Amino acid sequence: MTFEYAPAPESRSIVSIKPKYGHFINGSFVAGKKHFPTINPATEEILSHIALGGISDVDKAVMAAQKAYTKTWSKLSGKERGKYLYRIARILQERAREFAVLETLDNGKPIRETRDIDIPLVAAHFFYHAGWADKLDYAGLGHSPKAYGVAGQIIPWNFPLLMLAWKVAPALATGNTVVLKPAETTSLTALLFAEVCQQAELPDGVVNIVTGDGSTGSAIVNHPGVHKIAFTGSTDVGKKIARAIASTDKKATLELGGKGANIVFDDAPIDETVEGIVNGIFFNQGHVCCAGSRLIVQESVAEEIIEKLKVRMAKIRVGDPLDKNTDLGAINSKEQLVKIKELSAIGDVEGAERWSPQCNLSDKGFWFAPTIFTGVTQAHRIAQEEIFGPVLSVLTFRTPQEAMDKANNTPFGLSAGIWSEKGSRIFWASQHLKAGVIWANTFNKFDPASPFGGYKESGWGREGGKHGLAAYLKTGKETGAK
Amino acid sequence: MSFYGLVDGSEKSLIHFLDQLSGVDQVGAEARAAMLATRSIKTSSKKWAIETAISMVDLTTLEGADTPGKVRALCSKAVRPDPTDPTVPSVGAVCVYNDMVEIARTHLDSIGGKHVPVAAVSTAFPSGRASMEVKIQDTQDAIDAGAAEIDMVIDRGAFLAGNYGLVFDEIVKIREVCGDKAHLKVIFETGELVTYDNVRKASYLAMLAGADFIKTSTGKVAPAATPPVVLVMLEAVRDFYSMTQRRIGVKPAGGIRTTKDAIKQLVLVNETAGPEWLTPDLFRIGASALLNDLLMQRMKMSDGYYASPNYVTID
Amino acid sequence: MATKKPSRIDVKKTYKLYINGAFPRSESGRVFEVTAKNGDFVANPALASRKDLRDAVTAARAAESGWSKATAYNRGQILYRIAEMLEGRSEQFESEISLTSHTTPAKAKVIVSEAIDRWVWYAGWSDKLQAVSGATNPVSGPFFNFSISEPQGVVAIASSDSFIEFIDAIAAAVVSGNTSVVLVPGGLAVPAMSFAEVLATSDLPAGVINILTGSLDELAPWAASHMDIDGFDITGIQKKKHGALKEAGAENLKRIHSFGSGKTPTRILAFMESKTVWHSVGI
Repeated sequence: MTFEYAPAPESRSIVSIKPKYGHFINGSFVAGKKHFPTINPATEEILSHIALGGISDVDKAVMAAQKAYTKTWSKLSGKERGKYLYRIARILQERAREFAVLETLDNGKPIRETRDIDIPLVAAHFFYHAGWADKLDYAGLGHSPKAYGVAGQIIPWNFPLLMLAWKVAPALATGNTVVLKPAETTSLTALLFAEVCQQAELPDGVVNIVTGDGSTGSAIVNHPGVHKIAFTGSTDVGKKIARAIASTDKKATLELGGKGANIVFDDAPIDETVEGIVNGIFFNQGHVCCAGSRLIVQESVAEEIIEKLKVRMAKIRVGDPLDKNTDLGAINSKEQLVKIKELSAIGDVEGAERWSPQCNLSDKGFWFAPTIFTGVTQAHRIAQEEIFGPVLSVLTFRTPQEAMDKANNTPFGLSAGIWSEKGSRIFWASQHLKAGVIWANTFNKFDPASPFGGYKESGWGREGGKHGLAAYLKTGKETGAK
Repeated sequence: MSFYGLVDGSEKSLIHFLDQLSGVDQVGAEARAAMLATRSIKTSSKKWAIETAISMVDLTTLEGADTPGKVRALCSKAVRPDPTDPTVPSVGAVCVYNDMVEIARTHLDSIGGKHVPVAAVSTAFPSGRASMEVKIQDTQDAIDAGAAEIDMVIDRGAFLAGNYGLVFDEIVKIREVCGDKAHLKVIFETGELVTYDNVRKASYLAMLAGADFIKTSTGKVAPAATPPVVLVMLEAVRDFYSMTQRRIGVKPAGGIRTTKDAIKQLVLVNETAGPEWLTPDLFRIGASALLNDLLMQRMKMSDGYYASPNYVTID
Repeated sequence: MATKKPSRIDVKKTYKLYINGAFPRSESGRVFEVTAKNGDFVANPALASRKDLRDAVTAARAAESGWSKATAYNRGQILYRIAEMLEGRSEQFESEISLTSHTTPAKAKVIVSEAIDRWVWYAGWSDKLQAVSGATNPVSGPFFNFSISEPQGVVAIASSDSFIEFIDAIAAAVVSGNTSVVLVPGGLAVPAMSFAEVLATSDLPAGVINILTGSLDELAPWAASHMDIDGFDITGIQKKKHGALKEAGAENLKRIHSFGSGKTPTRILAFMESKTVWHSVGI
């Protein structure tokens, strides 16, 4: 007999999902007009129906946020604002399991990740920013930096609640009020977060959540009452937003796409490197803007790395996201699955060699086996375009400079990884890489104290850390601008 | 000796081999071990894991206060861990000091435990601070007394001083003493080697020198068989197998006290070296208190309610 | 220059462009006329074309690697050297500014003095930016995590017609290690090209600062849409025209900013990117 792990599903009884949700505006849930279903991507089971926010819903939310800003939030001291954030952090910790299960149901990502990564980081984010609220004078942005007012925030489906936290926590800490739109396919944890706001007795209208699709997001971007846009999502939509606000005074932070280079030198700590490669591309089904989707490995060790990587990939447990032993969950949507399949098919056509371990994928739901393409060159589309799935392109290099040149040969500039046991080479490489986040001998690590954001077409601004505060405060530049 | 054709027995070739090993990133190794520790082993797989773990226990007493009575009691427990349930397997071995080997062997044989081997700690255990002659004699004594497994310690002082050749030669000599009479387990005392790089080097050094098993610790030094240390050793035996087609066993010892700890070890084996290592021939757990916890967990699984220490024997 | 009868015939300067450390004419062969307040002819600076812009961007990109990796101390010394060279030629600048920006000699003197002092101010920033904008971040885990600011790459500048603002824009862009392409409007072309001569004698590597004179309305849209320009300082462009430039710049998500007058490190940091590096900490 071999050591087969029996199913170990996390109980979903801890969550109660309503059959239908409205928007959260001015402290209360208000009924929506039109609704669309939200499904569990692992089973295609309809979980609930989400309201499709229109211009009038967005307008109500912005009005509520404006009123809350003027009447209460801007009049509150930083110290008191901070206490609300601490409350939220604590309630999130108390209800962490509930959030983890709900996130896994709605998103398809493994419970191990929502339980151990997403939700703990969400609470940490609020806890971290709570402490900033009364210390903004020391953030290096001048004396008494001022909030913008209403922040319109549009977040993606890959880390639904975590992206909410990245947006809402700094906005509130700096004294802004919020109109947030969760992604179309993953609204449930944001709506549960609305309950947390109620439990924390956050003043009405400080956080407003309008659910919907791209048109809802567009209504937020174009609403004249919104002073600041914070968006995480695709580079295409990011550019649209940049154009939409070009002739306005709206400020924007954009966290967009990436094609992260994970660079392996011949002296890399090989087993941890293989783990890092796996974590770099298969974490969260590869639905990660900073994923290490291009493995750039020194030719002299490429064969050994790939061989070990394949052995390791065969151990990846693909399946029920609620099972505590699942490593790779469901692809978030049919649409995304189609995109991953299309780009992978292009990899085949362009002559790259595809490999996946044997996986028994369910007929129901959206699944894609962990996949690597070897023999990839810069000229392949799978080396250039963001696949946003569990698909790794493997390229090789001969000299360190060549590695840097290949890594930087992209319009993106979000993340990069360096694997080497030689300290001086790591610093050399980290200086040469044009990327906003660089992981040396690790990958896909996140922390509220650590700024995150990209160079070039990966976006504008940073989130997290001291640097992230600047995105929500008027600095000398704006106040003195022409 | 051929040393698998990988080294020629000279210190120079050994150092060359060890130098080309990849380093171990501490943070990454610990993160991987921690991740595997989250595996949730339930129901049928838990039952299987508990019984497998029992069969892998090297039931150990290594006290200055060991007496023939204590050792005999341990042997009885080793053969029939749960006297009320004959389906519980015997443990992997009993592990005692040199002078207790004969007592253990005789008693095991007399109670129907011929299948349970006696392991003897050797080479001036636990410190290893004695002359080579004494270490050889120590080992020879144990084999003569009926030990089928020798758990030798390496000279950590020599290892840390960079005298890899000396450490290697000692293992080679003890391997010769063991001949075909005894399996050789080589104890690193990883708590004294400190770094994972050293653990990896020691693993290859011992395997090349002829070890049948590599073992973490004496049980006298903490930290001992931490999951990341075992992970690094499992990676070594896995990769050594792909170089030589020979599977070397791994024995964590020290600090594994609960069923949860033991199952974590089995998960490490399963997902690192692979399921081929999930046999007492290739994986042992050096422990004493662990066995009772495994028995209590087994009772809980079969009875459906939580057990009490009053219902497992304390020997 | 042309008002008093000279005792001898002046040797007049031909105003050309400053690209890659050289002084070429516009490839277009075009010039425009700069006149004094009374309408007298002053000079025929080059009217730069989009192809001149293209060449200047190529030069700036080629210079980026060396300039951005020069030590901060080295960059600081070169900026200080610019102040030294400007000081030595202050009278020339006073007269050119007075003549072309139609201001009094006394005001021109104040402007030049301030311009020199600005270079000294910016020079000192080169090795202090990290102290102000960098951080080590106390992440929850065994990692050493730090953030530093790096130059963005190539920054285009649409300068206003003020000599001080011209200096502010250039110095803020290059002190951190960016290279630049500066678009200069109208009469500022005259002191701007003399300033190029200062640059050429200041140990500044070729291509770090490139200066094009001519029409902002003509050149700025090309700069905004140029995919190999990383940042664009549009302070010299009227606000009502910002939207179109920002729209064009969205294609490569160019960092486009405008600034009020006065010196502030915020302006330097606006054309820098924060990079955060994580490193595992272990033995």
